[in-house]
Amino acid sequence: MSALDETARPLPANDPGVPRKRGRALPPMLRHPAVLAGLAVLLLVGLAALAAPWLWTGDPILLRPRLRLRPPSEAAWLGTDAFGRDVWSRVVYGARVSLAIGFAVSAVSVLVGLTIGLVAGYVRWLDAVVMRIMDGVMAIPSILLAIAMVTLSGAGIGTVIVAIAIPEVPRVARLVRGVVLSVRTEPYVEAAIGAGTRLPKLLVRHVLPNTIAPLIVQGTYVAASAILTEAILSFLGAGIPTEVPSWGNIMAEGRQAFQIAPWVILFPGLCVAATVLAVNVIGDGLRDALDPRTARGVGVR
Amino acid sequence: MGRFILGRLAATLPVMGVVAVIVFLLLRLAPGDPAAILAGDAATPEQIAAIRARLGLDQPMLEQFATWIWRLVHGDLGTSIISNQPVGRLILDRIEPTLALATSTILFAVLVAVPLGVLAAWRHGTWVDRAVMGLSVAGFSVPVFVLGYLLIFGFSMQLRWLPVQGYVSIADGLWPFLSRLILPTLTLSVIYIALIARTTRSSVLEVLGEDYIRTARAKGVTEARVLRRHALRNAAIPVISVIGLGIALLISGVVVTESVFNLPGLGRLTVDAVLARDYPVIQGVILLFSALYVLVNLSIDLSYLLFDPRIRY
Repeated sequence: MSALDETARPLPANDPGVPRKRGRALPPMLRHPAVLAGLAVLLLVGLAALAAPWLWTGDPILLRPRLRLRPPSEAAWLGTDAFGRDVWSRVVYGARVSLAIGFAVSAVSVLVGLTIGLVAGYVRWLDAVVMRIMDGVMAIPSILLAIAMVTLSGAGIGTVIVAIAIPEVPRVARLVRGVVLSVRTEPYVEAAIGAGTRLPKLLVRHVLPNTIAPLIVQGTYVAASAILTEAILSFLGAGIPTEVPSWGNIMAEGRQAFQIAPWVILFPGLCVAATVLAVNVIGDGLRDALDPRTARGVGVR
Repeated sequence: MGRFILGRLAATLPVMGVVAVIVFLLLRLAPGDPAAILAGDAATPEQIAAIRARLGLDQPMLEQFATWIWRLVHGDLGTSIISNQPVGRLILDRIEPTLALATSTILFAVLVAVPLGVLAAWRHGTWVDRAVMGLSVAGFSVPVFVLGYLLIFGFSMQLRWLPVQGYVSIADGLWPFLSRLILPTLTLSVIYIALIARTTRSSVLEVLGEDYIRTARAKGVTEARVLRRHALRNAAIPVISVIGLGIALLISGVVVTESVFNLPGLGRLTVDAVLARDYPVIQGVILLFSALYVLVNLSIDLSYLLFDPRIRY
């Protein structure tokens, strides 16, 4: 456009924080055994979810009253639940629900939080109002807010995704707002403003790229906590419809018979723990790889 | 400083206001007819109309809000749809087990997590550090109730050391009270320990790189004293603030833990209210817990004035 714009362009390349480094930063992350193990677990769960019908599973919702509460055996690897349903089949199909919820919640909360954060960071007069609302949402314990929303809107996968995503939005919004506020004063952004770059282009070209790295990390943590929260909500009876075999629902139905048939809770519990741990470890690895400042600190190493 | 305290007190008002508006709007903006949802599937139109009238849903929105807030500031949290008792009364009846569980968890978690975090920072990069950090990530990943059932399975069912479930008031004997609190406390404190240990480690690690630590060591101060007096003291602020922020985790955990161990506290009250769609009770508990969270964090902010003489407002 103008001469000023030309001088503005090379500057972002010199900024150590821009995601241009990602290409170089990712491979060392893969050298951590913990991160590799996390990726392997997640891959395994993902493959199981995709290939569920072909993994020696039976019908996950078929009731067989005569085979109720059987311990793990050759016929039913992980035993059967109080209705005689095969726990292995239910756990494998449950992986689909849990992964889908983790991904969907992460996407929804990042998109909404990003929008709110960009607006709050850039439109001064809205900032105070929007951030007070975010503070208010954060003050409500997330499980209770989700419970209230599910109770009022009726159980459904969509409701549960929204109910888990909303309490996560303020954290994302705060993160994005922080990045925007610090980027605003960078010389290359001031140069772009000086060169007359319009607001939408300014946000997309110069501000947005700086938020990508922290958002990838935050999105990973959100996915991990969403899988946990789904399990907790379903366990409390405020989750997705009980006929859907999610890990939380399998465990919720195992409560009554826990003392006779602990496997109904313990196996899906193990799956939740392993998956969430894998996603958290990958998140830590990504954070260390994408943010050079914390690399020496709180890592998985 | 007085102005700072007043300012900080005033800043909690908009937050609580936003919480109140959200809780108010949740019921009114729910898709469909909230009265019909709360009445359940088998409700007759008369029952739905009765619930609508009781919750004041047939009034204009602003009027509803004004009446609701007016009652709220006078301490009236509404009445339960199911038991017809005042929500405030129900909460008071159930507060003891929750207070006992929360107090023991906070004490236990801080006593375990702070030394672990300091140890990890002191032995930074060794297997001790890796073990503490590994356990901390794992602690974030296990669902609270799975942990609870594992502990019941191990300690109550296999070893038969502790009672499975239930609650006995401290008035009925110290050991019966404590023995039923041990497993719930362990269950609930794991995630809290993970959080506090992590923050303590990174905060102490930062401080250990300071010049005054090197000076203290050069003077011949013992390592234990360096860690306690010089490192931990200066690393305390982030640790204290994460203890406050962690209250949010604790509240969510209380709801789950009380269900697993059958403790008749506020968590159970909430879950029972959810199953019975008793919205006034859910609403009351949310308001109470949110206010608690805001107040705890307010007092922590103010406590910095005592803990750190460098902070002067």
